[in-house]
Amino acid sequence: MLKRNLWMLFAVVALAILPLIIHHGGDAEFAGADGEAEAAITEIRPDYEPWAAPLWEPPSGEIESLLFALQAALGAGLVGFYFGRRTSPAKRPDTN
Amino acid sequence: MHIMEGYLPAAHAVGWSAISAPFVIYGARRIVSLVREKPEIKLLMAASGAYVFILSALKIPSVTGSCSHPTGTGLAASLFGPTVTTVLGTIVLLFQALLLAHGGLTTLGANIFSMAIVGPFVAYGLFKGITGAGFSGAIAIFVAATLGDLATYVTTSLQLALAFPDPVSGIAGAAAKFLGIFALTQVPLAISEGLLTVIVFNLLQRYSRGELKALNIFTAKA
Repeated sequence: MLKRNLWMLFAVVALAILPLIIHHGGDAEFAGADGEAEAAITEIRPDYEPWAAPLWEPPSGEIESLLFALQAALGAGLVGFYFGRRTSPAKRPDTN
Repeated sequence: MHIMEGYLPAAHAVGWSAISAPFVIYGARRIVSLVREKPEIKLLMAASGAYVFILSALKIPSVTGSCSHPTGTGLAASLFGPTVTTVLGTIVLLFQALLLAHGGLTTLGANIFSMAIVGPFVAYGLFKGITGAGFSGAIAIFVAATLGDLATYVTTSLQLALAFPDPVSGIAGAAAKFLGIFALTQVPLAISEGLLTVIVFNLLQRYSRGELKALNIFTAKA
């Protein structure tokens, strides 16, 4: 199972790196698809004005990436805790 | 797949919220009864929610030259059913709307519908159908997670096309445009999500047989 899982993990990494190799000449911006959809809306309906704004926005790209990292870290911490629990050997009596 | 705050006309925003609300309420009640009935699955449920947190935070480059993120909902949907996943997905979408200005409160209903309702229902249906047809859990969860992820982005594209039909080519033309942005970009990401979910499922088959059994999940020898 370990071997098969490692191969799949390798494929995931390859799928993420491949686009960078294909577009390595700088012909792609790798912008977010959400933002591109926003641009498409403006193209279809140039007069459309968003009628609500976020209550709070991260004041800078740094703080935004902090919060994204926090989101992933919280998730990874919990998943790690779960598998740690499930894979731990049977408890031995405390010896000290 | 996040429709930005304010980017759906008010009638659409209200409509999608009204459609999504009953799923969230039903899902919350389902979680309460499931946890009461089978308390041993609580930690796995939290871990499945955490998996949605991780995957939806990862913006990954795609062959189209833009970036998007997986949804992570296929795992929870296959294990706990679609409406439980609706609640888990809603928590993530709220976190991102309030703290990251990704998505928004006016578009929350529409985003819940695509990421936390359509995706999970597609994934759950495929997982049950494919395991029921006698294929292994790993194959079933790969197809379920991959196509559930893709279904979410197709839904977002259609939601936007309904709200912003192209003046010349109408809803179909706008759908083609939004599908080109979202669905195409998503194909390799969806495959990545499928593979990652198989890895987690393999680990569960090895270390969490008790819980899978409590959830009546078909398990082959891993």
